Amino acid sequence: MNDLLLWVAVPYICLALFVVGHVWRYRHDRFGWTTHTSQLLEHRWLRSGSPLFHLGAFTVIAGHVAGLAIPASWTESAGISEHAYHTTAVWAGSVAGLAMVTGLGMLCARRLLTRRIRLGTDRSDKVLFPLLSATVLLGITATAAHNVFGPGYDYRSTVSVWFRGLFVLQPQPEAIAGAPLLFQLHALTACLLFAAWPFTRLVHVWSVPVGYLVRPYLVYRRRATPASAPTAGSRTSSATAPRRAA
Amino acid sequence: MRVMAQIAMVMNLDKCIGCHTCSVTCKQTWTNRTGVEYAWFNNVETKPGVGYPRRYEDQEHWKGGWMLDRRGRLVLRSGGRIKRLLSLFSNPDLPSIEDYYEPVTYDYDNLVSAPAGKDIPVARPRSVLTGRPTAITWGANWEDGLGGAPENAGADPNLSGAWAEKVKFAFEQTFLFHLPRLCEHCLNPACVSACPSGAMYKRVEDGIVLADQDRCRGWRMCVTACPYKKVYVNHATGKAEKCTFCFPRIEAGQPTVCSETCVGRLRYLGLLLYDADRVGEAAATPDEHDLLDAQRGVFLDPHDPEVRAAARKSGIPGDWLDAARRSPVYDLVMRYKAALPLHPEYRTLPMVWYVPPLSPVLDAVDAAGGNQDDPDHVFAAVTRLRIPLEYLAELFTAGDTDVVAGVLMKLTALRSYMRERTLGETGDEAVLQAVGLTAREAEDLHRLLAVAKYADRYVVPAAHKEDAAALTAMENRCPVETSGDAEPREVMLGLPTLRRNHTAGDHR
Repeated sequence: MNDLLLWVAVPYICLALFVVGHVWRYRHDRFGWTTHTSQLLEHRWLRSGSPLFHLGAFTVIAGHVAGLAIPASWTESAGISEHAYHTTAVWAGSVAGLAMVTGLGMLCARRLLTRRIRLGTDRSDKVLFPLLSATVLLGITATAAHNVFGPGYDYRSTVSVWFRGLFVLQPQPEAIAGAPLLFQLHALTACLLFAAWPFTRLVHVWSVPVGYLVRPYLVYRRRATPASAPTAGSRTSSATAPRRAA
Repeated sequence: MRVMAQIAMVMNLDKCIGCHTCSVTCKQTWTNRTGVEYAWFNNVETKPGVGYPRRYEDQEHWKGGWMLDRRGRLVLRSGGRIKRLLSLFSNPDLPSIEDYYEPVTYDYDNLVSAPAGKDIPVARPRSVLTGRPTAITWGANWEDGLGGAPENAGADPNLSGAWAEKVKFAFEQTFLFHLPRLCEHCLNPACVSACPSGAMYKRVEDGIVLADQDRCRGWRMCVTACPYKKVYVNHATGKAEKCTFCFPRIEAGQPTVCSETCVGRLRYLGLLLYDADRVGEAAATPDEHDLLDAQRGVFLDPHDPEVRAAARKSGIPGDWLDAARRSPVYDLVMRYKAALPLHPEYRTLPMVWYVPPLSPVLDAVDAAGGNQDDPDHVFAAVTRLRIPLEYLAELFTAGDTDVVAGVLMKLTALRSYMRERTLGETGDEAVLQAVGLTAREAEDLHRLLAVAKYADRYVVPAAHKEDAAALTAMENRCPVETSGDAEPREVMLGLPTLRRNHTAGDHR
């Protein structure tokens, strides 16, 4: 019963919040959709902290996709032995994880220690920074305790099975129920992080400006249309969208 | 030829007394909000001076604007597209708040709430960023009227040549003038080109450059790319903000707030027609000294029937073409060539131009014991006194002193001729001929620059809102779709039907 709640109900609720939250945020708060840069107020810590955190995070996310979404049988049929996978994962994961933790530590430190930034920290940041820190720290601790210094734990046969089960709508709570506590806690905080995602500055992840690489340099646009224009059938949010310009 | 219309500004610097009314009214209108306390969409700087933000004109350091690469191609000084995306996490060339100044408020409450006592209560400054008492150590025009110039003004990036060594910031030997600055609404805006999310854009109808607040994601590349540092990060909303050229007023046919409230009546607003297809080519002109002529070459003559036909074809309404013909900006920039752009070497093709100030030269004539009403003395000063001239050339012509000297001589000739006429004398037309003006033109230019009536300074055609409505209808649905209603409905054809009225009106 408890397993059902923790490993089926909670993840699905969080995923639902993730999806619905994004739709809501995009439709109602495009003005708040931003990286919320604070480089203007503090740049020395950001200079190394932010690239460390972001580049570390990209590698860590790639690692999670490889470890969680791709079944072990696939990598083995591709000719990658369990040993090779494990070694690569531990090494790359440790380096990327350390970079991410260091970067996040610096970003948290500047947010706490620089008064200007602390005062500009809003409610969503106050949820996001602890939640993100907890998830990242639990993750790297789990890896360190079990796979770097410990005897090795094959999460690909337990946690990954549970994770994939959620997305193919065949939840297998029993797969993760026996996993070590650190992995379980990491999975739970990650679920909460996904639930909080659309309501925080993390939405800027979806705004990665790859289109910039191919668009023409100069952007011309026609004047914003008045809200009273005959736009039958269009949503109110789209009519107000171009009005804010400064 | 792709004709576009641009609402542009010219400022007559001789008339600027540095009262900052433009800055204050602009601030009250646009930036009296949390997050942009430090931002001045319009500011007035003392020149020579380090500027706001500090040394913003030093592009070796701040990487603003465009440059030509080794193969002569036009590239952003802050780097290409890939480099820009790689520096999203931390922009290496972003000014910090210290480069602007720490915004403060005052403990006004203390003035009324202090208990009765012997001492008069004071309002102490308090940082609006930290909420703590602070010492005010810098501002947007810290060296106002050359105050503190001996310590600071030497850092002015325009004082770079050998001649600059001779500039002495001793009060009796120096010169000063005020430079009001706002967004240049460039034809080739670097900020727009650097915006990774495509939030910044140049409006097709009037050329105003805006930052879409719903699309901006706070990547802060625009701040670096703008060589005039006229895009600001709102640290409360995390979005970029900039001068809007008061577009709600412009659309209503009214001058911008800074223009409307200008005490010295030194600002001019009007349309310029330009060929959008030639912008890139002009910005890539190899020699910096040719950039001024290249930019003038992009502007089109609104009196030319061919231009007018092309303009109507690209959708510019007839009343806008009328306004373009009456534009004081066209007269100052193209007809009399009295106005010059600020730092053309940034290659953004800026659209706020300046009539350079004659006053530094006149001061020098006085100081040398000459008569500033005698054009010969002034002409001699213009050619011999290198310092003010070199300095003005750094600002307005990428260092070409001949062009600045030409404009200053034109102003001198105009001044002396009109002085004689006003005193009831006939006026020496030989002086005018020397600078390429006829008596008629001199009176026109005098009326525009010296009399400067409101209606002559501001020729702003109102926007055509009905076109916008028609465009919306075009964008959101097929022009010939049926509404599904039982009653018959007119088919929306958008622009052409609406324009027809103006075209007809044009033949009156």
